[in-house]
Amino acid sequence: MAPKKSILPFVLIVLFALFLAIGINLGEVSSVLEKAIHVCLSCMGIG
Amino acid sequence: MLILRRWIQILATVLSNAYWKFPFTRGIYQGNLKAVCVPGLNCYSCPAATGSCPLGALQNFMATLRPRFGAGHTHFGLYVIGMLGLTGSLVGRMPCAWLCPFGFLQELIHKIPSPEFEIPKPLTYIKYILLGLFIFILPLLVVDEFGYGITWFCKHICPAGTLEAGIPLMLLKPELRELIGILFHSKLLILALFLAWMAVSRRPFCRVACPLGAIYSLFNKVSVFRMTHDPDKCTLCGACYRDCPMGVKFYEDANHYDCIRCLKCYQESCRFGAISYEVAGIPLLKALKRTAETDAPME
Repeated sequence: MAPKKSILPFVLIVLFALFLAIGINLGEVSSVLEKAIHVCLSCMGIG
Repeated sequence: MLILRRWIQILATVLSNAYWKFPFTRGIYQGNLKAVCVPGLNCYSCPAATGSCPLGALQNFMATLRPRFGAGHTHFGLYVIGMLGLTGSLVGRMPCAWLCPFGFLQELIHKIPSPEFEIPKPLTYIKYILLGLFIFILPLLVVDEFGYGITWFCKHICPAGTLEAGIPLMLLKPELRELIGILFHSKLLILALFLAWMAVSRRPFCRVACPLGAIYSLFNKVSVFRMTHDPDKCTLCGACYRDCPMGVKFYEDANHYDCIRCLKCYQESCRFGAISYEVAGIPLLKALKRTAETDAPME
C-alpha cells in the first residue's frame, strides 16, 4: 500500500510559524515575560 | 524506548525547573528565559521554573486583550498560539508523553500498587469544554470595570499551579499564608482528588482536564508525525490497550485524540508488527524493519 501523503501538516506549520513570527513582531514576547517574572497569585490560589 | 522516554521526561522536568537558587532568594526566577513557553504544563510561578506555562500565558493574553486593544496594543496571543500550533503540527500530542512534567508525575504516581479504574469516555471530553470556557471565553468576556479578565483555569482549577507554586511559595513566604482562603483550600482539594485519581487511573488529568493536551490533541490526525495501524497484522489481542498510559484502543483509531505517542504500544506491546509510525507519510526505516522481522516465518 502506497504511503498516504498530505500537504496539510506543512500548510499548518507555515501558518503557525507565521503566527509565531507575527506575535514576536508585535512584542508579545515581552508580555509573556512580564507576566511570568511576577508571582501569579491566581496560580497559587490566593488571588 | 521506555528507558529513553523516562530519561527525556526527567531531563525535561529538570530543565523546566532548573532555578535551584530559590531556597536562598526566596523568590521565583526572573530571567529572560521566562519569555519562552515550555511545551508541557509547568507553572511559571513555581520557584524553580525557568520558562513560561503556555496555558497561563494564553489566558493572560485573553484576560488583558480588551484593555490592551483599547491602548492600541494588538496582542492576541499569536506568539503562544503559534508555538503550540507549530509543535502540534509537527508531533501532535507527543509533548504530553515526553516533555510534560505533570504527565511524568502522573505516570510515577500510577506505579503505586492500587486497584485499576477505567475512565469513562464521556469524561475525556471535559478538557475541550475547559479549553473553550476557562482558557478563552471566560477570561475574555468576564471582565472588571477596567476591562481586565482573570486567568480562570489557573485560578480555579490548575492542580499543577497548586503543587508547583501554591504549596512551595507558601512554605518560602510565610507572609502569604495570611491570604489563604476558601479558594486555596478548594484548589488543594482538587489537587488531592487528582493525586488520588492518578494512583487508580491512567493519567486522569491529561485525559479529563488538561486544556494543553486538548490543544495538542486537535493536531493528532494532521501532524507530520503519525502512528499507523496495519489491520491485516492486527489480531485484536488488546495488548496495546492494556499497556497504553492513556487507555487508547489503538486498533480502533491509530491517531486517537488521546494518543500521546509514547510509542509503548509500538515498542513493547504489539508482537505482530501491526503498529508503526510515519513522518510526513513516509514510514520510518525502523518501523519497516520491525514489520519485516515479524513477517519472517516463526519456528
